[in-house]
Amino acid sequence: MIKAHQLVKRFRDKKRGAVCAVDGVSFSCRPGEIYGLLGANGAGKTTTLRILATILAPTEGTAVVAGFDVAKDPQLVRSRVGFLSTATALYGRLTAREMVEYFGRLHGLDEPTLRRRIDEIFTRLEMNDFRDRRCDKLSTGMKQKVSIARTLVHDPSVMIFDEPTLGLDVMAARTIVNFIRECRDNGKTVVLSTHVMSEVEKLCDHIGIIHGGKLLAEGTLSDLRARFGIHDLEELFVKVVEP
Amino acid sequence: MSLRNVGIVYRKELVDSLRDRRTVISMIVVPLLVMPLLTIGMGILSMTLLGLAMKEIPEVMILGGEDSPHVTEQLREMKDLRVIPTKPDYADEITNKQIRAAVEIPQGFEAKLAAGEPSTVHIYMYEGELKSGFGAERLQKFFRELRDRTIREHLEARQLPDSLASPFVIVEKNVAPPEKVGGAILGGLVPYFVILLCLTGAMYPAMDLTAGEKERGTIETILCSPVTRTHLVFGKFLMVLTASIVTAVLAVAAMAVSFGAGKSLLLNAMGGAADPALQISVTGKAIFSIFFIVLPLAVFFSAALLALSLFAKSFKEAQSYISPLMIVLVVPAVASILPGVELTPALALVPVLNTSLVSKEIITGTYHWGMIALIFLSSSAYAGAALAIAVKLFQREDVLFRS
Repeated sequence: MIKAHQLVKRFRDKKRGAVCAVDGVSFSCRPGEIYGLLGANGAGKTTTLRILATILAPTEGTAVVAGFDVAKDPQLVRSRVGFLSTATALYGRLTAREMVEYFGRLHGLDEPTLRRRIDEIFTRLEMNDFRDRRCDKLSTGMKQKVSIARTLVHDPSVMIFDEPTLGLDVMAARTIVNFIRECRDNGKTVVLSTHVMSEVEKLCDHIGIIHGGKLLAEGTLSDLRARFGIHDLEELFVKVVEP
Repeated sequence: MSLRNVGIVYRKELVDSLRDRRTVISMIVVPLLVMPLLTIGMGILSMTLLGLAMKEIPEVMILGGEDSPHVTEQLREMKDLRVIPTKPDYADEITNKQIRAAVEIPQGFEAKLAAGEPSTVHIYMYEGELKSGFGAERLQKFFRELRDRTIREHLEARQLPDSLASPFVIVEKNVAPPEKVGGAILGGLVPYFVILLCLTGAMYPAMDLTAGEKERGTIETILCSPVTRTHLVFGKFLMVLTASIVTAVLAVAAMAVSFGAGKSLLLNAMGGAADPALQISVTGKAIFSIFFIVLPLAVFFSAALLALSLFAKSFKEAQSYISPLMIVLVVPAVASILPGVELTPALALVPVLNTSLVSKEIITGTYHWGMIALIFLSSSAYAGAALAIAVKLFQREDVLFRS
């Protein structure tokens, strides 16, 4: 379960001065649901998700992730969250197995449990052929699988995806989309940010349209279509952000 | 603090770094190759070049001397000099290294010698030029011997003893033990190298583990794991410290081995004539003491480099921060080699310089325990402060996500 309440993130930028990247964002997402944050570049999606993953601390507001407050118990939140984005790269000089082992150990898994988890995940994701190959020698699709394995190794109850298919080819993107769907089907709470309309239509149970750090509209896809009287999601999005 | 998590991060960083060619080169290859090259290689090269210069028969010119045929004839007959015909531009020829030296014999030189009248012989040379120095030295030797011979002849003619010309001799004798003499001459170099290599050994991993992670996009990956930022910085710091210490230990080991080998090579080349500089003998106790005193400095370097590199957005930016720092930190290390710079309680508080000075004393077998304790404590305080800054910086979002 994720509950974000009036999240605000301000920081100082050399060129722009004081910047409010997230401005009073509130939403919630239940287990077995996918919540999609839809927004253009610089809308505040990444900052919001980074706050939920406790990589950044909120300036104001609160968020409870998997039952723990992001500001008070960041470590407990992180141990229950799997965070995947295009910015979460792999250690190129480690092998696929070492990469996943490293994160498993940091999550406190004991060695027998870790070995069992790795065997399960590597088999499920068909990674055994390249388990001992260095990450910098892997193809983009293989790297994506290693990243997925890294986020799954501790079996988190909450999954956060920040523009997970950005820059990927069709096949690699399909792997990710199927994986996100699988997470929901397994009862995990899933939040994802994207600006790809088709991804939102395919995956999201609830949508939040974010622009200039503010959550401008929220609801299921059919709710939003009914409220704005526009069927095409792209047109609907433009209508919301440029009224 | 969870030592388990620090250990996990350290082990991963160690494996990762040992697979990085650049880290392995800076940590292992450079100290193992540079030290033998500096000591044996440079020693052999300089001895060879010196030998070649000494074997060369210098060409010299005689200016004047037409009325001193015996002297000019003796000069021409010398086997270790070649007298060439005189030209008016002898100064240019010396400067352009076409001849090595020239000697000006004054008018009526032989007649004045016979009469016991004073005269001046000028030797022209290129100051600081090795081969010109050898040429001038041979001319000087010839005229010194001529002067001594002339004095003896004059004394004999007057039936006076030779000792009248030199009523007494002066003999200088060293009373300091050989290791102190050698230490005073070369002792500053050992701590200088240890300190320098502690710094260079830490440099590359510090940049790779911070700015390198930012550049490769793995910093966000590790930040979303449950490891705390303090554990993360300690794990990384321990890896940088390991690299720093390993580099210094390998360098000292390579230096000890190559110095021993180089020393016997040089002694053989010099026909066993022991130069005081070659009598340096560093004891195991001294080496251990130097490492003990350098340890807080290695901690200081590792933490300071880690903090500074973390500030950078990219590896290249980190290099531009660290290069000037290297000059700043090397200056005090070099200052300790300068003559007359002695360890005082005030200098014992100056980072780097204090360690360098006390190490120099340790090499010569002098142990001022009070100073050693003061230096260890002050260096530890600086190291602690640098580490605290590194930990603090790892908590700052504007540093971690600087773009």
